[in-house]
Amino acid sequence: MPKRTDISKILVLGSGPIVIGQSAEFDYSGTQACKALKSEGFEVVLANSNPATIMTDPESADRTYIEPLTLEYLEEIIRIEREMSPGAGFAVLPTVGGQTALNLAIELSDGGVLEKYNATLIGANVAAIKKAEDRLFFKDAMQRIGLDVPKSALVNNGKDGLEFAGKIGFPVIVRPSFTLGGTGGGIAYNREELGEVLARGLDLSPVHEALIEESVLGWKEYELEVMRDTADNVIIICSIENFDPMGVHTGDSITVAPAQTLTDREYQAMRDASIAVIREIGVDTGGSNIQFGVNPETGRMVVIEMNPRVSRSSALASKATGFPIAKIAAKLAVGYRLDEIKNDITRKTPACFEPTLDYVVVKIPKWQFEKFPGADDTLGPQMKSVGEVMAIGRTFKEALMKGIRSLDTGKKVGSDKIEPKILTQRLVTPHPERLAYVRYALRQGHTVKQIAKMTSMDPWFLYQLKEINDQQLELEKHPMESIPPEVLRDSKRMGFSDGRLAQVWRLEGQEKVRHLRKKYGIMPVYKRVDTCAAEFESFTPYLYSTYEDEDEAAPTDKKKVIILGSGPNRIGQGIEFDYCCCHASFALRDDGYETIMINCNPETVSTDYDTSDRLYFEPLTFEDVWAIYQHETSKGADVGVIVQFGGQTPLNLALPLKEAGVKIIGTSPESIDLAEDRKQFNKLLEDLQIPQAPGVMATSIEEAVAGANRIGYPVLVRPSYVLGGRAMVIAYDEQSIVRYMQEAVEYSHDRPVLIDHFLEDAIEVDVDALSDGEDVVIGGIMQHIEEAGIHSGDSSCVLPAVDIPQHLLERMREYTFKLAKALKVVGLMNIQFAIPRGNGSSGNGSEGGKVYVLEVNPRASRTVPYVSKATGIPMAKIAARLMTGRKLREFLPEFVKRRADLDTGNYYYVKSPVFPWSKFPGVDTVLGPEMKSTGEVMGVADNFGEAFAKAQLAAGQKLPTQGAVFISVTDHDKPHVAPVARKFVDMGFKLVATAGTADVIEAAGMNVERVYKVKEGRPNVVDFIKGQRIQLVVNTPTGQEPWFDEKAIRRAAVTARIPTITTLAAARAAAEGIAALQRGEVNVHALQQLHAERHVSKVM
Amino acid sequence: MQAILALEDGRVFRGKGYGAKGECYGEVVFNTSITGYQEIFTDPSYSGQIVVLTNPEIGNYGTNQDDNEATRPWIEGLIVREFSRVSSNWRSQQVAEEYLEQFKVPVLSDIDTRALVRHLRDHGVMRGVVSTLESDTEKLVAKARSIPKMDGTDLAKEVSTKRSYVWEVGERSHEPVAVVGVKDEPPRFHVVAYDFGIKQNILRKLRGEGCKVTVVPAQTPAEDVLALKPDGVFLSNGPGDPEPCTYAVDSIRRLMGRQPIFGICLGHQLTGIALGGKTFKLKFGHHGGNHPVKNLQTGKIEITAHNHNFAVDPDSLAQSEVEFTHRNLNDGTLEGLRHRNMPLFSVQYHPEAAPGPHDSHYLFKEFTKMMEEWKR
Repeated sequence: MPKRTDISKILVLGSGPIVIGQSAEFDYSGTQACKALKSEGFEVVLANSNPATIMTDPESADRTYIEPLTLEYLEEIIRIEREMSPGAGFAVLPTVGGQTALNLAIELSDGGVLEKYNATLIGANVAAIKKAEDRLFFKDAMQRIGLDVPKSALVNNGKDGLEFAGKIGFPVIVRPSFTLGGTGGGIAYNREELGEVLARGLDLSPVHEALIEESVLGWKEYELEVMRDTADNVIIICSIENFDPMGVHTGDSITVAPAQTLTDREYQAMRDASIAVIREIGVDTGGSNIQFGVNPETGRMVVIEMNPRVSRSSALASKATGFPIAKIAAKLAVGYRLDEIKNDITRKTPACFEPTLDYVVVKIPKWQFEKFPGADDTLGPQMKSVGEVMAIGRTFKEALMKGIRSLDTGKKVGSDKIEPKILTQRLVTPHPERLAYVRYALRQGHTVKQIAKMTSMDPWFLYQLKEINDQQLELEKHPMESIPPEVLRDSKRMGFSDGRLAQVWRLEGQEKVRHLRKKYGIMPVYKRVDTCAAEFESFTPYLYSTYEDEDEAAPTDKKKVIILGSGPNRIGQGIEFDYCCCHASFALRDDGYETIMINCNPETVSTDYDTSDRLYFEPLTFEDVWAIYQHETSKGADVGVIVQFGGQTPLNLALPLKEAGVKIIGTSPESIDLAEDRKQFNKLLEDLQIPQAPGVMATSIEEAVAGANRIGYPVLVRPSYVLGGRAMVIAYDEQSIVRYMQEAVEYSHDRPVLIDHFLEDAIEVDVDALSDGEDVVIGGIMQHIEEAGIHSGDSSCVLPAVDIPQHLLERMREYTFKLAKALKVVGLMNIQFAIPRGNGSSGNGSEGGKVYVLEVNPRASRTVPYVSKATGIPMAKIAARLMTGRKLREFLPEFVKRRADLDTGNYYYVKSPVFPWSKFPGVDTVLGPEMKSTGEVMGVADNFGEAFAKAQLAAGQKLPTQGAVFISVTDHDKPHVAPVARKFVDMGFKLVATAGTADVIEAAGMNVERVYKVKEGRPNVVDFIKGQRIQLVVNTPTGQEPWFDEKAIRRAAVTARIPTITTLAAARAAAEGIAALQRGEVNVHALQQLHAERHVSKVM
Repeated sequence: MQAILALEDGRVFRGKGYGAKGECYGEVVFNTSITGYQEIFTDPSYSGQIVVLTNPEIGNYGTNQDDNEATRPWIEGLIVREFSRVSSNWRSQQVAEEYLEQFKVPVLSDIDTRALVRHLRDHGVMRGVVSTLESDTEKLVAKARSIPKMDGTDLAKEVSTKRSYVWEVGERSHEPVAVVGVKDEPPRFHVVAYDFGIKQNILRKLRGEGCKVTVVPAQTPAEDVLALKPDGVFLSNGPGDPEPCTYAVDSIRRLMGRQPIFGICLGHQLTGIALGGKTFKLKFGHHGGNHPVKNLQTGKIEITAHNHNFAVDPDSLAQSEVEFTHRNLNDGTLEGLRHRNMPLFSVQYHPEAAPGPHDSHYLFKEFTKMMEEWKR
């Protein structure tokens, strides 16, 4: 059946901000879907609150709404779009935006919105979604088609849960209904634990319901990616086997594609079951993911769950096979059949087939427990990882070793910290370091059998690890000078990096290893991912390295640019950088360059095979990048490398690559380095007469203490060369400095610890700018809504700045221009400023008039996509072109001439962060200089208050429109608190305050209810929060380490989902936002409309 | 142990030898299935062929008695990228290397199998030698050139059973690896199956669908078959070129219209010839488990298992008599046919799978339905 003609307009639902369990993979799938639907001639409307995505680029859809993903905002979008084209067939596609979009689809349907506006769901129907998502329905459905499932019961209270668990025996699994990434799930080994886990699960489930399930811990775990078309043709795209057995969320498991330890008979049984499942659930068209558990002793196979949509696993499967699941799913949703769609890679054969692999793919998750002290780091049914890497090798061993080095841990090869005492614990209990402990155990002589028993990992996988260990032992027998070439070759084929070999031979660098390899002709070749194991010719250069005979890369002699991606997503280095890398590729491709992407993150748009002319799915290490560069220049091509778009990972490679002779384009690595080198940078600022907080560098405890004492406390302490404020703290005394130097970081002469005086009571400002070395254009001056000391990535900010006086804005512009020129910036740059507040009346920093530079980063920043969406100017695209020698005058002549900032028109754009607290119960939710947020959202409106309220709402913080506001502010803020309190009173709120603040409010003539601090007695403020007597918390921290009260208040507020505001500026913003909410207005704006109104010149 | 593959066009691959020491000769073909190496080892259709598996990790789950397609491996030699020294699966009874060694099948491992596959794809299948004994590659290339060509060779009668027997094993014997909805029907039909190199899963499927099966040698005359008073005749898969199997074509011609007939693979090619058609050799054949085949009667797509180097030329058949029922969506080749007036149909691919998807199991039901209608 060809394309449906009864639909002409399609609303695609995005997945919102990046959170644990729902990450960049939905930008990848959403972007593919939008592209596919647009190319089919549909009018595509997109709703997504996340500005840092490629899918929200104005070109991806016809109209893009960066709006909160809530029922009321979606209804307004649908209403407007319906009005614009009343006669058109209107459909909503909810299957490419993760669980968020599916849940919204249910809301739209249950709320009668679809019916009211005569809109149809495509991709999945409501009945199918409910059947797949409701665990009881699902279980019934499985039993109806004769499939086995773990024994289970759905409960909505603790008593029933305990009773059922008693029947089936412990341990049991608790799975709350309708939550993301297994949020709130857990394993309970006894009654007491069950009570706890179940209570939390019920609380987090939007329908207050959870499943108690028979444990299949230790069973083998598999996933199949299935697609079905409207004619009921069903195909399997990929099988995935988990290295970690059942009990660990698949997002937290090392996974392998294709499945390695199933016979054909077993695999086909699973395939048959998958097909039966997708038919029974009734997913009419599109992709689904089905999980199975298999008892390793008996082969009993049970169905675990099904996702009736594209998922993280389908993104992985797409990258693992070269089969673009989301793109095909979108086409199937509009009526195409699988046999009517071509396979892009072979061009000749249809998409109706099952990919076959002649390589092995390994995915390894990346966790960041170090950012969340106190978080429970054991792995279980709730996903905790923040990102992942994928590696391709010709064998499992090679892929695994490549995956391990892709993780970019910052640790030296082989320097895993192993504590022999806890070996058994680490093997038995799933943990991020389990793989390292398995390898350690093998090295200590434990047998595969022993380890298999403790870990329940399949012995085949463990045997592969043993072979790697044996190879390492063999290597250690030979000094480098006399290594037999075949041992070296076997090691490289097994995936040993040059770095690891250098470590075995105790060499300083890898260079000697590389030369030795060259001498013996042991060099990598590049093979293609082609969906068909070479049965047909491949037309897409989607490549991976391996040590074999034949090379298929066929490098050209064209002028080309290599873009280094950002590797696995992590907090502080996420989708924003992938966005920039993609933009560089798009722009330079248009300019006639052959674009080449190197990245190892399967979740991203950058690793889509048609984003760039060539894709190397490779680790971002010196060895791997250098080899690709050598290869791509081998035909005499002029190759430039872009390192400034991928965050810290490629920056760490910049200098070594340049020293090795690689042509880095844009700002020189030396300039990038200079900005990190405290001595040189201080000198530069002094020369330019730009003020900065006094700072020192230290490479020893003594130096650190002396330095900190000299510059005066509090101080901001951090390692060099990190992103996202990793291990960055504010220290108030000598003791903290000593502890920090002893425990927190590794440092060396090359990588000293940086210590700066911390400017308390300051407003922070982020500036993003473009420079071609001669001219500079400022993209945006973003005013942080939270106070200084909170990492910029964790701070809400607003464009344009709302209350910074003109002369200070001018001063920041002046500094930016000076710095861009001094650092010879070609491309993007980001500067962070602090404006200390005086003791003046407004508390907005207008008195002092001094602007300090906190940090200069001559590279892409996290805010580039947000600024680009707000201004309508694709900054990363322009920056990429500047790097190839083009000039700002070509693109932004007016702005260059007028020295004007890019324009945001008459609208305010607020960016707000999203935090993973719900995944880490018990962790202190206080913000500081180390970034903790996983994603961001944007709110737009013609007034600041509404924009802020929308951003908060999009981030999951619904500002209240009535009730009580709790206010507790520092002495510094007390003089300014009354006007803010007045606003709340005027809007009908009651006030609650602790003694000191209450005094000030009462003195200003307002009524306030007094409440005890936590330590003072009860009922205290926490009791009030828990008792739902407070709807909004305004609590400005003291500047000291968060004291007990604040911690307790914040935790209680997070648990009770009450918004917490930590600055008066934000409180004022919230008041304005609440006023907007009280007006009951729901205003939505299409990005294209906002940009057009501003007459943004079509520069690109 | 060093091992070498030498091809007739002079290309040579050096790797490691596993399994048996020695030398093997044959046509080198590649199979793209991800799972099911044991079924491939033991498929008699691979007689005369050295098989390259594109899945680089082979041997992982060992071998077991239940997954054999014959009582012994039929491949002449095996070529893989990585051969597992251990096996891991609850059904495994023997490590794959031991199994092949026991039957003297040499294994060449650690070579760039993808380069070899691309070579065969571009230049077509060709003769080759795998040797763990000889290191003089020129001698090996010369040996490769001296192997008889597959074209024109009748291998079916070589691999066929020497005497007839009755098959009793159905599908239920493989629990707990249950297929959704599978159960063995009590025998309602008597089928005589010509063994041109029959795979045991065809027999299990027929038994599962309620057929008592008598397996007879390839050269059994039609009269002997009719004397067994069957309800239907099955024509099996098998190795080699269909053209020289004139005895089989004769039998089929004599059985046509007198018995319901179902043919698979070589059985399909022989049916094509019996109907007056011609066969031709494909450049590198179809060997794998992911080929899309369109059922031209229902419009539905089946993902199918393939293992053939020859195909029936549809232009050589009279469409007044023969209806084309299935077509390959990758290359458009004929995958199935049905006689318009007589109870006879055949498919080029393997509905019994093993290894491969089960999408086409329905054909066995169609066969029993045909027999039922014929009985009335």
